[in-house]
Amino acid sequence: MSILSQTVILCVRVLRNLSRQPIWIAVMIVQPMFWLILYSQLFRRITELPGFGTTSYIDYLTPGVAIMTAFFSGSWAGMGMIEDLDRGVLERFLATPVSRAAIVFGRILQAAIVATLQALLILLVGLLLGATNGGIAGWIVILLAAFLTAAGFSGLSHGIALRTRQEASMIAVAQFISLPLLFFSSLLIARTLIPPWMQSLSLLNPVEWAVRAARGEALPGTDWGEMGAFLLLLGCFLALTTTFATRSFRSYQRTL
Amino acid sequence: MDAIVVDGLEKTYGRTVRALDGIRFAVAEGEIFGLLGPNGAGKSTTVRILATLTRADAGRATVAGHDVRSEAGAVRRAIGYVPQASGVDREATGRENLVLQGRLQGMRGHDIEGRAADLLETFGLSDRANALVRTYSGGMKRRLDVAMGLVHRPGVLFLDEPTTGLDPEARAAMWEELESLAAAEQLTILLTTHYLEEADRLAHRVAIVSRGKVVVAGTPEALKRELRGDSVTVELDGAETGRAAEIARGIEGVHEVTTDGRRLHLRVAHGAQAVPMILTALDASGAGVHAVTVARPSLDDVYLHHTGRDFRADDGEVR
Repeated sequence: MSILSQTVILCVRVLRNLSRQPIWIAVMIVQPMFWLILYSQLFRRITELPGFGTTSYIDYLTPGVAIMTAFFSGSWAGMGMIEDLDRGVLERFLATPVSRAAIVFGRILQAAIVATLQALLILLVGLLLGATNGGIAGWIVILLAAFLTAAGFSGLSHGIALRTRQEASMIAVAQFISLPLLFFSSLLIARTLIPPWMQSLSLLNPVEWAVRAARGEALPGTDWGEMGAFLLLLGCFLALTTTFATRSFRSYQRTL
Repeated sequence: MDAIVVDGLEKTYGRTVRALDGIRFAVAEGEIFGLLGPNGAGKSTTVRILATLTRADAGRATVAGHDVRSEAGAVRRAIGYVPQASGVDREATGRENLVLQGRLQGMRGHDIEGRAADLLETFGLSDRANALVRTYSGGMKRRLDVAMGLVHRPGVLFLDEPTTGLDPEARAAMWEELESLAAAEQLTILLTTHYLEEADRLAHRVAIVSRGKVVVAGTPEALKRELRGDSVTVELDGAETGRAAEIARGIEGVHEVTTDGRRLHLRVAHGAQAVPMILTALDASGAGVHAVTVARPSLDDVYLHHTGRDFRADDGEVR
């Protein structure tokens, strides 16, 4: 059996288990809409600032909320691995011939699928609120950026989970990285309004890459080359964190 | 051919915890073999090495003819592993757990469905097959664990403490199931347990493990027969066990004396004849006797005889 089909089998297992948790589903649906409505009211007049580039904050916000949701989902994804580890499920898998990489890939894929569905929902709600997000091409880029963001941060999260192997440590690390990465980006506010030194630093931030790619089509003066470059960077980030996760898996196995 | 060969495995955790110290044994095909020992003796570590979950620092082992280190993939296909700490997915149904396990073992869809249904039937889980495992009782969960180990029809099954944590009723039911299972399927079973009774009842042969080594191996009957006579336990009123042991050693027909707290363990040729003599001698010395019990030798006595320590006391030590 190929790694791909094993990945799908293990991904479906997690999705099926999650689909049985009504509260989880409710939060996954309500939370992004809550962000969208909250921020759009809170920062309604922000577009009046000179240099914002668009007159509709909702147009500006929808791609941002899609990316933020994907970023958060990905960052916390490692918790599920710790649960499997604590309950002996992982050990049971390891005594079968299943590919070790597929165990990690299945979970990364699961986080990415959930985030993409959330992004789609956000785009639909955004549409109701009047944000078109650049039509079909824009939507595809946003969904792709959300997928890559969730997968990339999920890889990082799983790597950390497999190294700390403790829920409390995992939570501490996830919290430690999430807010700084969020604020060192133009997710909530126009790039031109951020101090120049922060703008430069934000170019090292995968969240910023995702936001720039996702928002490119919605804003005036679309630069496809730049969007493509940011998507490519996100792809590299995913490759890097996936490698980190599979290596962490090997280091976990050595502790057994 | 031997289904399992373990040859001088060593394993140290950290720098100081010596889990295995050259353990060595072999299990014949179709045999139920029991690794018996107190908690911390190294039984689980041995099984985890054989199931390819961890590596030994030194020594060799083969399972179903495959080296556990260099042919881990082949070993994994040949074995079923039932870990001590369950490992079922609580948020999935019993059937889903079995089907997933079959898939991960590389079975095909049609084959899995049939096999899962058969196993659910065998282990009396059919009527709860589509309920989430988190609603199962401890005994049901454990039976599902064993069924999952069997789904791909392995030749070798590892059962790590299969009845620990079960109530006596569930334990008895599990024993019956394991007995009929071993008879029905062509299976080699390696069982670890710290219940002497369990090893006695299920295993064709037993290896007693203490501090990472096999102390003695054989059929339970042969091991007990080796200890001729009966075992007498004397519980003293006071703590003067040293002097009482001295006196007991002088009595005719007493082979072996060990002490443990306020208790004296004696091996005697004939229990009925020895007890009055023991009591008289102890009484004359002024040692008060609280209770005396005479028993046929058990695996408990085998453990005591070979390690010089009380099984229950060793078992408690680590917990």
